[in-house]
Amino acid sequence: MSASSSNFFSGTADAGALEVSLGPHHPSTHGVFRMNVRMEGETVVKLQPVFGYLHRNHEKIAEKNSWLAAMPYTDRLDYICSGTNNWAYAVAVEKLAGIEVPERAEYLRVIVGEMTRLQNHTAFLGFILGDMGAWGSALMYAFREREKILDLFEELTGARMMLNYARFGGVRCDTPAGWLDKARAYLATYPAFLDEMEQFLTGNEILLSRLQGVGVLSAQRAINGGLSGPVLRASGVDYDIRKVDGYSIYPRLKFRVPRGEVGDCFDRFMLRLLEARESLKILQQALDQIPEGPVVNPAVKQRGFKPPAGEAYGRIEGPKGELGFHLVSNGTEKPYRYHVRPPSLINLTLLEEMCLGTKIADVMVILGSIDIVLGEVDR
Amino acid sequence: MSPLLPQTVLDRLHAALPQARVELVNNPSPSGQHALLVHREDAVQVAEFLKNDPELLLDYASDVSGVDYPEYLEAVYHLFSIAKKHGPIVLKTRTGDRGADASVPSLTRVWKSADFQEREAFDLFGIRFEGHPDLRRLLMWEEFEDFPLRKDYVAPNDCEYEPTPHGDIVQKAAAASASPVPQA
Amino acid sequence: MNNLWAEPGNSRLVASAKSIQTDWLMTDDALKQELKQRGIIVASFEDILDWGYNWGRKNSLWPLQFGLACCAIEMIAAAAARFDIARFGAEVFRPSPRQADLMIIAGTVTKKMAPLVVRLYNQMPEPKYVLAMGACAISGGPFKEGYNVLKGIDRYIPVDVYVPGCPPRPEALLEGLITLQKKIAGQRLFGKDLPRHANPEAPAEYPVPAYGPHDLVPPSNPGVFCPPTPSRAE
Ligand code: SF4
Repeated sequence: MSASSSNFFSGTADAGALEVSLGPHHPSTHGVFRMNVRMEGETVVKLQPVFGYLHRNHEKIAEKNSWLAAMPYTDRLDYICSGTNNWAYAVAVEKLAGIEVPERAEYLRVIVGEMTRLQNHTAFLGFILGDMGAWGSALMYAFREREKILDLFEELTGARMMLNYARFGGVRCDTPAGWLDKARAYLATYPAFLDEMEQFLTGNEILLSRLQGVGVLSAQRAINGGLSGPVLRASGVDYDIRKVDGYSIYPRLKFRVPRGEVGDCFDRFMLRLLEARESLKILQQALDQIPEGPVVNPAVKQRGFKPPAGEAYGRIEGPKGELGFHLVSNGTEKPYRYHVRPPSLINLTLLEEMCLGTKIADVMVILGSIDIVLGEVDR
Repeated sequence: MSPLLPQTVLDRLHAALPQARVELVNNPSPSGQHALLVHREDAVQVAEFLKNDPELLLDYASDVSGVDYPEYLEAVYHLFSIAKKHGPIVLKTRTGDRGADASVPSLTRVWKSADFQEREAFDLFGIRFEGHPDLRRLLMWEEFEDFPLRKDYVAPNDCEYEPTPHGDIVQKAAAASASPVPQA
Repeated sequence: MNNLWAEPGNSRLVASAKSIQTDWLMTDDALKQELKQRGIIVASFEDILDWGYNWGRKNSLWPLQFGLACCAIEMIAAAAARFDIARFGAEVFRPSPRQADLMIIAGTVTKKMAPLVVRLYNQMPEPKYVLAMGACAISGGPFKEGYNVLKGIDRYIPVDVYVPGCPPRPEALLEGLITLQKKIAGQRLFGKDLPRHANPEAPAEYPVPAYGPHDLVPPSNPGVFCPPTPSRAE
């Protein structure tokens, strides 16, 4: 964090206004995110995000390589939730080429996807507490829990973080023997963790005063700003792509879509806790119903994959929001255009609106409550 | 969710805005997501109609991307309706060319969500969105001059290359095929 | 305290200050060896100073809290409950470069970020170390083809330990840390072959690259970046 007298914004600043560059190296900006903030006293009067410090040219690289080669790169978009990233890309390609997915693969995708959501929301709990100044303890608890899910991932896919699990028309590998039971056994212990966290946190006076009434966003603004996922639903909008699009096997599973009332940081925080509980329900049903069968459509040639010419937009409900891929094919083995619709970036559209008039310390909490990952913001 | 067909949208558009130049672009892929191509001069008007028409209510511009074609650049909007829970409707506008006339109107005033994404398309493709409130580079630094996602962009050559066995083998193979060894 | 630096068995420490004429003892390696076998360690004042200084430094490395990309999540995991980097004395992540000894470059360094990384490095006080974590920080890794990706942070600042992986597991990071501790333990304060921080000729700061119209200017710092000349056995 560096304060300077030079102004980042065009136009002249009033005397007495302080301009601060928060980031790109700042402990609470979740990576290399930068905000130029103008303050009067401690009140934010202008805020401008600056992007690109982690622009890794994902789209260009994907366009230079084969269709399948982009799959491991999607892991590195939102590196906390690689399971859902793969899935979204696979869904888009399947739309583009009209590929069927076998039952068991759909179930495995849902299982990995929902575990990813659990894991993301768990990590979120740790991070947002860190943003409020409770650096350390909450994160330790959250990561202790996250490690257990990562162990399951590792056994299933061979990697802790970068799963690279989905394939066009299925998933890469079947479960090892006994994995489903292990998953079931682990998930039975998870509610205890959530209860513990809720007990520690939701009644905590400091937490309430830091979160309630901060960064309020109306439903109408949230829709117009293109917000998605938990941030959108916290503003009271009933829009969950799992329900709306009914992709994969979600129509078969029973779960509820929690919604916020006020649209403040507290709603966004609580929404994650509630969503984690719904994910647990989905997981239990999926683990119970999963059928036997192949895990990948044998008709699809993964290497040298050539979808027909045309374009498609496929999307899923990622843990952070609507993760979509816009793909244009010209019938060759390389994508002509490969575009990611990153929920993290678009959820930041209204960051300034949420922050204006709040104190500078609340900016970090608001940013934390949106839950961004820089790999996806900048790609 | 009842699927909303682009043809339905087009009919309503023609009925309400007869002078607007909109056509249906066929998408041969199995996805069946056919697009509406709007002439850029009518884009803002059409966008406002799509957003406010009580039957369509496409209030959510989810995704904006640029595409580079040999003669023009294209801005693609994927529209959904949260109120009606339908979509996507694909809306496209094209620039005049890839050089001086590479501009389309900005739809940020209609859908705020297009803000950063239009800036991104400006940054990486050089599509100028006329009327955008704050059209600056989003990802690359301000001093950067190129448009890296265009097909003709040449990246700085800053990798070190090592000679690998392949290099030799390829050379030897080329030499061998140039002067085939006479078979006895 | 004795047994901290003891050979196994009963040992004593013979320290000798410069003023005492002990050069014959210090230079006679065969004699030193023999004494050592009998449990007597001969060490000069400098040796002891080096040892104490390095022992203190290597066991309380304070890393800069600085995550760039995916690898940073594994770095956090290494600091969190299961892997517990505190066992190696490196749990005090400092938000300010002024208080840090170790810069863990955890993630992709993009060209837009590179000048800031160099500036942060310049702001750290000596002695300072750099650990490049992950393929990206080492060479650009999976994103090497990218136009905005720096192909290895060693183009601008000297790197002490490379930890390969994408991402390296937390255990790998711990192994890298141990490697760095060994490196620190071997660094001398006196004599020849001084490490960078004790060498008056080494630059105090490294030039920060500027944003150019197509690339960073300069694309690498030739004073730091010296890739081995590729050669191949015929
Ligand atoms: S090495 Fe791999 S995991 Fe680490 S930052 Fe690079 S892409 Fe991410």
